[in-house]
Amino acid sequence: MKRRRLMKRHIEEGIVKAMMALSFLLVAGSLGIILMTVIVKGLPALNLAMLTQTPKGGYYLGKEGGILNAIIGSLYLAGGATLIALLLSLPIALYLRSYVRNARRADIVRLAMDVLWGIPSIVYGAFGFTIMLALGLRASLLGGIIALALLEMPIMTRAIDEVLRMMPVDLEQASFALGSTRLETALYVVIRQMLPGIVTAVLLAFGRGIGDAASVLFTAGYTDRIPTSLLRPVASLPLAVFFQLGTPFPEVQARAYASALVLTVIVLTVSLGSRWLAYKLGKYAIK
Amino acid sequence: MPAKFIALSSRTRSTEASLPRRRASDFLAGKAFSLFALLPPVIALAMLIALLLRARPILAIKPIWDLLTGETWKPLQGEFGFFPFIVGTVWVTVVSMFLAVPPCLLTAIYLAEYAQPAVRTVTKPLIDLLAAIPSVVYGVWGIVVIVPWVEDYIAPFFGRWLGRSIPLFAVTNPTGFSILAGGIVLAVMVAPFIIAVTYEVMHAVPEGMREASLAVGATRWQTIRYAVLPRATPGIIAGVVLGSSRALGETMAVLMVVGNVAKVPSSIFDPAYPLPALIANNYGEMLSIPLYDAALLGAALILLLIVLVFNIVATLVLRNVIGRPVE
Repeated sequence: MKRRRLMKRHIEEGIVKAMMALSFLLVAGSLGIILMTVIVKGLPALNLAMLTQTPKGGYYLGKEGGILNAIIGSLYLAGGATLIALLLSLPIALYLRSYVRNARRADIVRLAMDVLWGIPSIVYGAFGFTIMLALGLRASLLGGIIALALLEMPIMTRAIDEVLRMMPVDLEQASFALGSTRLETALYVVIRQMLPGIVTAVLLAFGRGIGDAASVLFTAGYTDRIPTSLLRPVASLPLAVFFQLGTPFPEVQARAYASALVLTVIVLTVSLGSRWLAYKLGKYAIK
Repeated sequence: MPAKFIALSSRTRSTEASLPRRRASDFLAGKAFSLFALLPPVIALAMLIALLLRARPILAIKPIWDLLTGETWKPLQGEFGFFPFIVGTVWVTVVSMFLAVPPCLLTAIYLAEYAQPAVRTVTKPLIDLLAAIPSVVYGVWGIVVIVPWVEDYIAPFFGRWLGRSIPLFAVTNPTGFSILAGGIVLAVMVAPFIIAVTYEVMHAVPEGMREASLAVGATRWQTIRYAVLPRATPGIIAGVVLGSSRALGETMAVLMVVGNVAKVPSSIFDPAYPLPALIANNYGEMLSIPLYDAALLGAALILLLIVLVFNIVATLVLRNVIGRPVE
């Protein structure tokens, strides 16, 4: 009887383990299939002209041209938004780390951050559009940057806040003991020590920003030209994928796959690059 | 105090300033930073108020209950019933959670309790990669792989065996653009998130509880089931709620595979038209139609309110469990 119970327990253990292995394979397999799909579908349609030319006449019917407008546009959008988000995020994170005295206030700021983080990007797009209407802006690079910066700000702040919590307290206290103010400690000790993590956080937000379509859909517009001013509309890679896939022509759809491949490569490079950079910058931190 | 002793950095600029000046800049920076820290709550409130104001024209004319339960969406005739869209959103989200939660929990349990450290170090970046893939790429994958798969294999299979007796699986839609396709794509999209939260939550359970259980002769699975999981359950539920709020708001990937038909669905093989897709497909066009703009921003408002409630509750629970946000 006892033996049988023992047996049963071990069988149960085995079944659960098998199910776990299956689940794990399912998740890892999904990632593999997604990457495979994008590569297999995208690679044949990818060529140099795609990357170095803007759309020529009849591009959306399958004629010549490329998606340089979308590549540059996405870099402008995400670059500008990341810069603005950083200018907002770093002070907030430093405030939470070094200045806040009232724990309740810190809690409220963090809760608001978490809430903003969870708001869907389409809502940021709609909100960005209402801001633009209020300012009298049309769909433009500036509008897109505003909406994306709002979207990226909570992602970046949460990540930097998280990083700054890892700051060794002794190091900070050593700085205070030498007589430096909170600001000096924050700028010359905390930021320097935590630079690898901060860079990772910034690149994380950049990656999210460059891949987001719904927030730039109404705010940035779409154009075949590379914008020359902040007030011009701008193309973006996610929308390039979306619009080209929506055409009925197989040649253009193939270009959508190629665009998706370009976008994936950029995002994965940023994601992997941030790890590498964090590792490189880690040398300057005091262990 | 001689300021030159503050040789913390190679920069000497700040060390040459006089003490009152350094104190003043510290004070001013503190004030400025605290103003920046007001931004998150202010932005959240501003969003709510802006959407409320912009949706007011339609809220002023139609009773809110009629809007939420109205089944016809004919902007040209001034009929704005959100019911099909709300139901579509709920269906897609529920299907995705149904598909995502069991494998995600098992994967997270595996990673937290069974996996060798080497497996963990390889897996974490992989899951981060899955989270980094843009939604439009998931959409491409959905169109290329999932939609044909549902159309050619899943739908015929269910149609033959279960469709006649269970309406949930009835197949009337000839294409694969369906709730199921949207649910599958969403399930993969939220998987990294749910895995990460569950992993963190299980990690936060004190090691002593496992040791006590193993010491009295329990197997690993018994330990997990009777010692670890009961403690982790609130956190896991909060993680699933957060995951579903991400799924609710996901726009592009779902829009691309879900069919976008404004009708109340009755089977997982029917097309649906979730709220985010409604906004994305129509906003910016035809804003000359009266109330259309207000109705679409009303849809955004509904979405925002649902997500706010989900997020606040789940965040408060998670904060008690692991004490920090999960990315």
